[in-house]
Formats: sequence, C-alpha cells, structure tokens
Amino acid sequence: MPDPSFIFAQSVSGLTAAMFLFLIASGLSLIFGVLRVLNFAHGTFYMLGAYTAFQLAQWIGNGTGRFWLAALGAAAAVAILGGLVERFLFRHLYGAEELYQLLFTYALVLVLSDAAKMIWGTQQKSVSAPPELAGKALSLFGAIIPYYNLFIILLGPTIALTFWLTLQRTRVGRFIRAAALDRETLGALGVNVDALYTWVFVLASFLGGLGGALISPMRATTPGMDTEIIVEAFVVVVIGGLGSFWGTFFGALIYGQVLSFGILFFPRFSIFAVFALMAAVLMVRPWGLLGRPLK
Amino acid sequence: MTRRPPWEALLLAAALAVPALGSRFYTFLANDVLIWALFATSLNLLVGYTGLVSFGHAAYFGIGAYTTGILMKKLGVPFLLAFPAAGVLAGAAALLFGFFCVRLTRIYFAMLTLAFAQIVWAICFKWNEVTGGEQGMPEIPYPSLDWMGRLPLLGELRTSDHFYLVSVVLVAACLGLLRRVVGSPFGRMLTTIRENAERAEFIGVNVRRYELAAFVLAGAFAGLAGGLFGIFNRGVFPDFAYWTKSSEVLIMTLLGGMGVFYGPALGALVLILLNQQIVSYTEYWPFVLGTILIVLLFVFPGGLAGAASTAVRRLRRAT
Repeated sequence: MPDPSFIFAQSVSGLTAAMFLFLIASGLSLIFGVLRVLNFAHGTFYMLGAYTAFQLAQWIGNGTGRFWLAALGAAAAVAILGGLVERFLFRHLYGAEELYQLLFTYALVLVLSDAAKMIWGTQQKSVSAPPELAGKALSLFGAIIPYYNLFIILLGPTIALTFWLTLQRTRVGRFIRAAALDRETLGALGVNVDALYTWVFVLASFLGGLGGALISPMRATTPGMDTEIIVEAFVVVVIGGLGSFWGTFFGALIYGQVLSFGILFFPRFSIFAVFALMAAVLMVRPWGLLGRPLK
Repeated sequence: MTRRPPWEALLLAAALAVPALGSRFYTFLANDVLIWALFATSLNLLVGYTGLVSFGHAAYFGIGAYTTGILMKKLGVPFLLAFPAAGVLAGAAALLFGFFCVRLTRIYFAMLTLAFAQIVWAICFKWNEVTGGEQGMPEIPYPSLDWMGRLPLLGELRTSDHFYLVSVVLVAACLGLLRRVVGSPFGRMLTTIRENAERAEFIGVNVRRYELAAFVLAGAFAGLAGGLFGIFNRGVFPDFAYWTKSSEVLIMTLLGGMGVFYGPALGALVLILLNQQIVSYTEYWPFVLGTILIVLLFVFPGGLAGAASTAVRRLRRAT
C-alpha cells in the first residue's frame, strides 16, 4: 500500500488535470446541449488559445500582468473566431444530417490546425507562468502543490459556479436552457434564436481558448495537441452526460482520478481504463451519468 | 433496352494491366487506391446503405492490419491463412462492439463506435509485447509469391507488382461479394431500415439484428482491407486505428457519394491522386483536404456521384 501522502499528491494532480479538462469540456458540452452537435473543432480552438497566448505574450514583452493579458486576449480572440465560424458557415448546416455537421467540424480541425502550423511552425512553444504564481509551492500533507496548480484547482469551481449561476439566474441563461429544450417554441416567443446560437458558440470558444491559454505554462504547445485533447474532453462529457452542466464537472473529476490512479495500478493501461469507462457508461446510460436522454 | 457495357470487367482488366506500364510508382498508387477503395466501400455498407454513421471504422481496419501483420511476421503464418484471419478477427470484434452499438441511435451510435475505436487504438498503442506499441511493427514480409514469377508474362515483374496483382484479385472478389450483398434481399432490407427503421420494424423485421449483421460485414471487409494495407505499407502502426483515420475514410465515402456502390471507390481514387499532386506543391495537405471537405458539404452534399447524376439528368432534360 503506498503511503497516504503519495495518494494525496496523486489525487491532487488528478484534480488539476480534471479542472483543466472541465474548462475545455464545458464548452464542448454547452454546444452539444444547445446545438446538438459534437464539435470536433473545439480542441482546435483550445490549441489556438495556447498559440495566441504565446503570441500575445511575445508582443506584450515584459509588462506587468503580461500573462493575464495574454490569456484573456487569447480567449477573446478565439471567441471571436468561434462566433465568425458559426455566423458564416456552421449556421447553414443546422438543417443537414448529423454526419455533415460532424464532418464540417472535422474540416475545421484540418484547416485551422494546418493554419496554426503555417503561422507558428512545428516548434514547441510555451508561455512562462505569471511571476505571482511561478516557482512557489504549497506543502500540504506531505504533498507539494505548485501555486499555479492551486490556482487552476480553484479556478475550475469558480468558473463552474459563475457559469451555472449565469445559466440559472440570468435572462440569457434561461434562453440558452430553453433553446436546448425547444428551439422552435423559443423562436416563436420572439427570442432571436440565431443570435443566441452565435453567442453560445462565442462563449464555448472562449472557454476552450481560455483553457488552452492557461495550460500553456504547464504543457508545451505543439501541433497535434488539438486531436489529443478533443478525445479527452469527449470522454469527460460522455461520462458526465453530454449537455449536462454538472455532469461535465463530475465527468472531469472522475476522469482526472481514474487517470492518475490508473497510472499507479496499471501503469501502461490507464488510458485504456478511461476509454473502457466511457464505453461502459455509453452502454448502460448513453446519455451519461447526470445527463438526460434526448427526445 | 440497351446493353450496359461490362464496366466491371473492363476496370478489372485495366487494373491488372497497371504493372505493364513498368512504373513502380504507378503500381504503388494503384495499390493504395485499391485498398482504400475496399475500406471505403465497406464503410458505405454502414453509412450509405444502412444509415448508421460509424465514426470508428478505422478500428476494424487496424485490427485486420495487426492480425495479418502479427501472424505473418511473428508467427510465420502463410498469407493464405493470415489474410482471411484479418477478416475473421475484425468481424469478431465488430460483432462484439456492434452488439452494444446497434442498441443506440444516431449520435450516440457514432460516439460509441468512436469510443470502441479509441479502445482499440489505446491497446495497439500501449501493448508493446504484441503490437510493438507506439513504434508499431515495421518490416511485415511480403507473402511468398515466387510461384507467380514462374507464370508466363509475370516473370519480369517485381515482388511488389506480384503483390499488387494479388491485391487486385482479392479486392475485386471482395467488391463483388459486397455488390451481391447490397443487391440481395438482405441489402434491400438494409436500405429499408435506412429510409425508415420504424416501418421496417412494423413489418416484422428485427432491425437490430440486420444492423448488427451489416456492422459485422462492414467490419470484416474493413479488416481485409487492413490486412492488405499492412503488407502494402510494409508496416503496421497504431494510428491505423486512430479516430482521424476513421474521418479520412468517411471523407472518401462522402466525396465519392454515399449509397452509390462505386462512389466510395471513386472517392478513394480522387482523394489519393489529389493528395499525390498536392503534396508535391505544399506540405499543407490537411488544409487543402479541409477546404475540399467544406466545399463538398456546402456545394455537393451528394458527392461526385451525386453531382454527376444531377448533371446527367439536366443534360437529358435539355436535349
């Protein structure tokens, strides 16, 4: 039996991974919940967030708050891109078959990730962590947790709560939930559903871009990180329940823990354990642990 | 009624004549097209004829490739056994996975096929002892085709040409079988299910069992394509089963035309030739492919076959 502090450290590292994944998967889940589309390009938005943050950090130079400006700027830029894609292209496929929508988002993956390769090359890029958080660590129950990881662990629930309150308490949030249930009735009641869809895409892309920007101090930004993350985010939302908000949060927590403890028990097959869990959930409850079945 | 020209026989003859051109490159391209054509046609049975959108078809291609590869390289099993084994094992995997997948509908079906494909990929990627892990399995031997060298006309050809000829015959046989399947009452029933599964159920058809049968057949033929591809490629790698491969073959199917028997083969031909041309100009092939795909989705949703038949209909009306 490994000692408790090791287990604690392991679960903290799982928690950090989970909060990152939540940031990314929440956007994926939001788009699925409202638009009923699995957006493969979401991973690419995440990658673009990381690259844009790198670029902005370069341009800003050594000013104070450089990292935060770069991260927010990157998320905003990706959000705008997401909005444009929805407004000018994706909108025309809502009436088409699911296969066409899926393949369209895959086409975006191909085009955007190659565009990123043209702009930033294939070299690894990274952004240094903000000086307020870099190089310091908290020692807790014998485990060492870098401040940056702590920040991420706290940021995840903060964003989750903000997001949830927005969905529950604000007018836009109510519209989004209504659109997920019945788009036509909402339109008939005089809500501009088209604009709402664009905003959903903007918000989801913002979250994806932010996730990418925030991960850049921890993992190198490389081509191919988009197709990797989308599979992970996909597993998270499937386990938790596509379109279910807390399901995504819960799914991310499960994913993080399964992955970090899976490595302990079967070092090579932890990734296998995750996919097997996903398949098991799909077989028993295809709509996920906390989701609701589609009509 | 005018007699239809024997297109299939002509095409087969043309395909068999490719090594006579004497270019190693043309034979290589033709072999690539052939194998992908079989892979895409097997997917068409699911997506085009049964209306099941599988996003994990690469899993069966990968299983087939690893089966033939492992049997021939590690165990020294002759091709005559290792090739059908690819179909049998891929079909068995499709039976196992499909049993769960056909219970789900539409988007959930697509997701579960994807999940299973990722499981297959993870196994191939990590199980070093058997699959060679991340590095894959290079140097899959060619089948021993010395006997072909002793035949008239074939003595001058290289081993890769001999393998190509074997591929032509095998792929033609597989396509012929698939064609019979599609045209049979069974295949008609699959199309009925695609059009309206509920009505099919009303007339007493066990929809799930038909869907599962289609899934197994499609998986088995994808496995056979994979078995050939591993040898052709001289190596088997985990990305054969990765989800991006599944989308590639979907793109071919869509490009050629779903639900048209030779559509996916045409899609494979066009896409591979295009790839060859474009790669010589730019390294950004995915960018071009993505752009083609977007144009296809917005302008020609029926694929090349769909566009051609619309054009023919317009011409007929004009005259």
